[in-house]
Amino acid sequence: MAELAAVVGIGQTKYQTKRIDVSIAGLVREAAMNALNDAGLVWDDIDAVILGKAPDMFEGVVMPELYLTDALGCNGKPMIRVHTAGSVGGSTAIVAASHVQSGVFKRVLTVTFEKQSESNAMWALSNPQPFSPHLNAGAGGYFAPIIREYIRRSNAPYDAGIKVAVKDRLHALKNPLAHLQLKDISMEMVEASPMLWDPLRFLESCPSSDGACAMVIAHEDLVDESPGKPAWIQGAAMRSEPTMYAGREQVSPHAGRDCAKDVYAQAGITDPRKDFDCAEVYVPFSWYEPMWLENLGFAEPGKGWELTMSGATSLDEGGDIPWNCSGGVLSSNAIGASGMIRFAEAARQVRGSAEDHQVEGAKKALGHAYGGGAQFYAMWVVGSEKH
Amino acid sequence: MQDVAIVSFVQSDCVRYAGAQNEVELIMPVVQAALKEAGLSSVQDVDFTCSGSCDYQQGAAFAFVAGVDALGAVPPIKESHVEMDAAWALYESWLKIQMGQAESALIYGFGKSSPGELSNVLSLQLDPYYLAPLGVDTISLAAMQARSLLEAGEVSEADLAEVVVNSRANAKNNPHAQLSGDFTVDQLLAEPEMVSPLRKHDCCPISDGAAAMVICTVEKAKAMGKPYAVIKGIDHRIETHHVTLRDLSRSPSVEIAAEKAGVHDAPVDVAEIYAPFSHQEIIVKRALGLDDSVVINPSGGVLAGHLFMASGLSRVGEVAKRIIAGEYKRGVAHATSGPCLQQNMILVLESM
Repeated sequence: MAELAAVVGIGQTKYQTKRIDVSIAGLVREAAMNALNDAGLVWDDIDAVILGKAPDMFEGVVMPELYLTDALGCNGKPMIRVHTAGSVGGSTAIVAASHVQSGVFKRVLTVTFEKQSESNAMWALSNPQPFSPHLNAGAGGYFAPIIREYIRRSNAPYDAGIKVAVKDRLHALKNPLAHLQLKDISMEMVEASPMLWDPLRFLESCPSSDGACAMVIAHEDLVDESPGKPAWIQGAAMRSEPTMYAGREQVSPHAGRDCAKDVYAQAGITDPRKDFDCAEVYVPFSWYEPMWLENLGFAEPGKGWELTMSGATSLDEGGDIPWNCSGGVLSSNAIGASGMIRFAEAARQVRGSAEDHQVEGAKKALGHAYGGGAQFYAMWVVGSEKH
Repeated sequence: MQDVAIVSFVQSDCVRYAGAQNEVELIMPVVQAALKEAGLSSVQDVDFTCSGSCDYQQGAAFAFVAGVDALGAVPPIKESHVEMDAAWALYESWLKIQMGQAESALIYGFGKSSPGELSNVLSLQLDPYYLAPLGVDTISLAAMQARSLLEAGEVSEADLAEVVVNSRANAKNNPHAQLSGDFTVDQLLAEPEMVSPLRKHDCCPISDGAAAMVICTVEKAKAMGKPYAVIKGIDHRIETHHVTLRDLSRSPSVEIAAEKAGVHDAPVDVAEIYAPFSHQEIIVKRALGLDDSVVINPSGGVLAGHLFMASGLSRVGEVAKRIIAGEYKRGVAHATSGPCLQQNMILVLESM
């Protein structure tokens, strides 16, 4: 039977295009120190480090956990490195939690990062796979046809994506760590931005960011040793499916639905729109908000865009189920960290520590990440109470 | 911690060049065979799947994504991946069983090293600002470690050759080995040095291939009616990355992991040590505190065949296989990662 675990410390860096003032080690250490300070702890209080990041080619360092052990105070301790594509930030948090939930460790540090300015993510993503046809599309080119299929099926208005792009950037203005701070953001501005991969415009896409996110996860017995409120981990789940198979549902993937069902069952969620106070969901391209609203059961199939257009997911419009109050992936995308930022921002909400983008009285929140060809999923439910 | 059972282990032949076979084609046979050996019909019959691989071997991001194609993950499965040797995928799976979220797991590791120059690729493991630009390859770093061991005065070049003699002799009984045969110490010492003090035979071969394992709770193993080996202890530790800050002739991370895994709690019959270079077997053996009564690397170890990213898992499997066969009662398995044994894992396995 799993032990109870909670997030007791969260640390992030400011997300921006280039952090030329720090090395990769300096970047992860900054997030880790922020998490330790938040938890009122020092390096010696940590039993193990769980590191996650997206492909090594994004920085050109093979297995960077080897190099980063010194920066993360891990010498003489266990270090494990997770890599599950874009969902890795979420998966890493879940693997970290399992270190404590298994009863093997009392308190662990988990860190994820990407320093995209060290290399070029579009290049790293577009390298041909041996023996496979070369896609050479990057992420936006891969997802655009799937989005078009969503629009065709749901008859969504052409500006639902534009609405998400504006909404998340307005949220980002309340989060000083967010990369994009677009004070003049408007529907007109997004619509006028260049079309990159029809129907995705430049401002409907995530930026490339440098940044790191860290959390301290503690066993129930040690939660009181940290000063802030804990975010209790009430459920965690992962699911994977192949990139391609006959009859694969690409708009609302089976793995995403199964993963949500699993994590909701663990946390006693029956009606996600009612039971959650907010959600941090991996939306790197605007249209993925309405698509995930459906995949995750917040809206009926074909109706996700109606929630978006009604303002239900907007903090500024007083929506009942705000999504991505931090500004989301659309406002900061340090790829390997992006999933963990979702998980950590969900935890911030239920800890009441989300400052200007706090949802008043949030008690239960969803953290979500996906990766690959929308085939890898990681989700957790955190709450202000144990159950 | 509860005991966890290893019910099956399968590895492919270690071959220098797997030709046109891609990763999926390397993985599928071992995964299918490991499931079958455990009496399972598909990946849907285990609660969790975890793998280990390295993108840089393939030269493209997301090598492991294709790995999922080898599994039959429809409907979707609970699955994870470490960019580490698959021994760490075993560790992640072991945690899942400890927390009660899984009763069984499939673990696999794979690597096709042949398309690149592995020792150069791995130089990119080094600190990207201070070390990697120097272009030091794996073999040169290992040679520096071997030199420091020799100069500590307790080990001679003949001892290094002795490790190779034993490896090649033991590998004669391992159908998956790449290198085997009868050699003498004098014969090997007559060979020229490659990177002093290492000779070519002191360095592991480079192999393509994959390995897979099925583990489960002891209750489940009993219900399946399959013989199994038990994981009694498992621990892993990392050391500073900076080789100049370490005493390279010792392995404190192995010492800690051995202590935590309970190596010294009872006599050890057999050990499989992941030593890509002959002198590293001596360092690890000493750090484990094993005397000469312990059988070391009955499979030949990685000096006989090195499935980079699966070799750690294979060491565990080689010990488990022999315990299941009744050849030994208690064994130790070792996995490593990083330059000069920077990171190490130790398992203690016992008979059921």
